[in-house]
Amino acid sequence: MLNTANLSLDQAPPISIPFRFFVTAPLFGIAAALLLLFKGPELFLTRWSPFTLGLTHLITLGFLAMVMCGALLQMLPVIAGSPVPRVVLVGTLCHLMITLGSALLVHAFISGSLVGEHSALALMGGGVIIFFIAISLALWRVENVSHSVIAMRLAVVALMITLLLGLLLGSGLLGFLGFGNIAALVDVHLGWGMLGWVGLLLVGISYQVVPMFQVTPEYPVAVRRWLAPSIFGGMLVWSGFSFMAMQGLVDTRVTSVWMSLILAGFACYAVVTLRLQRLRKRRIPDVTLSFWRVGMVSVLLSALLWGVAQLVPAVEQDPRYHLFLGVALLLGAGVSVINGMLYKIVPFLSWFHLQNRQVSLMCMSVQVPNMKQFIRDRYARMQYRLYLASLVLALASTLQPSWFSYLAGMMFLGSNILLLVNLSLAMTRYRTTNAALLAEGAVEKG
Amino acid sequence: MTTITETMARDHRHCDELFAEAEELIAQGDWEQGREKFEAFRNTTENHFSMEEGVLFPGFEQRTGQSMGPTQVMRMEHVQMRQLMADMEDAVAHEDDERYLGLSETMMMVMQQHNMKEEQMLYPMADQAYATDAESALKEMKMI
Repeated sequence: MLNTANLSLDQAPPISIPFRFFVTAPLFGIAAALLLLFKGPELFLTRWSPFTLGLTHLITLGFLAMVMCGALLQMLPVIAGSPVPRVVLVGTLCHLMITLGSALLVHAFISGSLVGEHSALALMGGGVIIFFIAISLALWRVENVSHSVIAMRLAVVALMITLLLGLLLGSGLLGFLGFGNIAALVDVHLGWGMLGWVGLLLVGISYQVVPMFQVTPEYPVAVRRWLAPSIFGGMLVWSGFSFMAMQGLVDTRVTSVWMSLILAGFACYAVVTLRLQRLRKRRIPDVTLSFWRVGMVSVLLSALLWGVAQLVPAVEQDPRYHLFLGVALLLGAGVSVINGMLYKIVPFLSWFHLQNRQVSLMCMSVQVPNMKQFIRDRYARMQYRLYLASLVLALASTLQPSWFSYLAGMMFLGSNILLLVNLSLAMTRYRTTNAALLAEGAVEKG
Repeated sequence: MTTITETMARDHRHCDELFAEAEELIAQGDWEQGREKFEAFRNTTENHFSMEEGVLFPGFEQRTGQSMGPTQVMRMEHVQMRQLMADMEDAVAHEDDERYLGLSETMMMVMQQHNMKEEQMLYPMADQAYATDAESALKEMKMI
C-alpha cells in the first residue's frame, strides 16, 4: 500500500512556532556573553564553579537545544514526511517551559537556591517530556524510515537520557555517593547531552542538509547505515562501564577505550563531511559553509585533544584541559553549526511561507523578497567573524583567563547581538511583506 | 533494469551541475558565459519538468488513482521554480548579480528539497506503481 499523503507541505507549522525558538537563542547567547564578561576569570578556574555550570547550561539549553527543538518541530514534516501532532500547542508549551526552565536553572546554579532549582527542574523536565512525546509520535509514524530518521530517533532517546540524569543530579538524591562518583555521573550526563543528543541529531540532519545546502555528493551508504547506531550502542556500553567503574568493578581505562571508539566515530563523521564539502558543486562563498567548517574542525580538534589526554596523564589532570575541551565542543562544534544553519532556515522559511501566501491569494503585485533580502550576506558574514573571534578568544581564555576572557565575552556579546539583529530584521521583513500581501489580497477581492 | 529513481535522479544531478556553474560564472561577473549556462540550466530543468508532467505523473495518477496527492504538490513546486527561473532570467537580462544570487540561493533550496522528496519518496513509489512498465515509460520520457 502506497502512502502518498505524507508528501504534503501543508502540514508545516505556522512560522511563529519555529521563529520564537530561533529568536530566543541569541538572547541566551547574550546572557552567556554577559556572564563571561562579568565573571570571566572565575569561570575559567575549574569546570565545577557555579558560574561555569551556569554558562554551560545557558549555551546547551538556551542556545543549542532551543534552536534544535524549534527546527525539529518545523523540519519533521519536510524531511521525514511526518508532522508533529498538535504542533502549535506543543511548540508554545515547550518554548515557554524550556525558556523559563533554562533561565531558572542557570539562576539556581549561580545563586544556589534550592526552591529555584526544583521549579527549574520541573519546568525543564515538563518541557522536554512534552517535546519528547510529540516528536517520538511523529518519528515512530514515519513510513519511509531513512537513515536520518533512525539517527533522529536515537538523538531524542539520548535527550531523554540526558534529562533523566540531569534531574537525578539536580534532585540532590545522590548526596550519599560522594563527589568522585557524582563527577563521573556528570560525565555520563554531559556525554549523552553533547555526543548523544547534539551529536547524533547533527549527524542525522547532515545526511539531508549537507548535500542540500552546498550541492555535495551524498554521504556514503556505509556511513549512513552504521555511524549513528554504532555511536549510540557505544554510548550505552560506555555508560554501563562508567557505572561499573563507579563501584570499582572495572578499571576506568575500559571506559576510556569505549569513549575513544565513540570519538573516532565522530571524527570519521567530521572528516567525511569536510571531504563532501570539498567536493561540492556549488563553489560560491557561503556563510553557512564557513560556520559548518569551523564546527567540523572543532570536532576533530576535540577528539584529538581527548586522545592526547588519555596518553599523557599530566594533560588529563590539568583543569585547563577539561575547560578547553568544553569550549571546543560547545562553542566550536555546537554553536557554530547551529548558528550557520539559521542563515539558511530562517530566510528559506520566510520566503516559503510568503510565497505560499502569494499563490493562495493570487496576489502577484506584491513582490516576495528573495532569501538574501531577508538576511544580507554582508551582515551574516560580519556575525561569523565576531563568532570566530569569540571562539578563538574563549579557547585562549581557558589557558590565560585574565588576559582573554573579557575580550572573549565582548566578541561573543557582539556576535549574539548581531545574530539577534539579523534574525529580527528577517522577521520584520517577513511581517511587512505578509501584511502587504494580505492588504493587497483584500483589495483585489473587494 | 534501469529504474525511474536512478534515471530521474541522474537528471537532477545534471541540472545541479548546470545551476552551480551558472551561479559561479555570474558571481565572478562573467555574464557572457554565465548567461549561456543559465539558459542551459533553464532548458534542461524545463525538459525535466515536461517529462514528469507529460508522462510520469499522469501515469502514476492513473495507476494509483490519486490525482490530488504527491504529484499535485510536485506540480505546485514546479510552478514555484518556474517563477524563480523567470525572475532569474530577468536578473540575467539586467546583469543584476546581487538579485541573481539572492534568487539562485532561493532556487537552490527549493530545488534541493524538491529533488529530495522526489528521489526519496515519489520516484520509489512510481517504480512500485509502474512495476514492469517502468522501462517503456522511461523510453517515452526520453522522446520529449
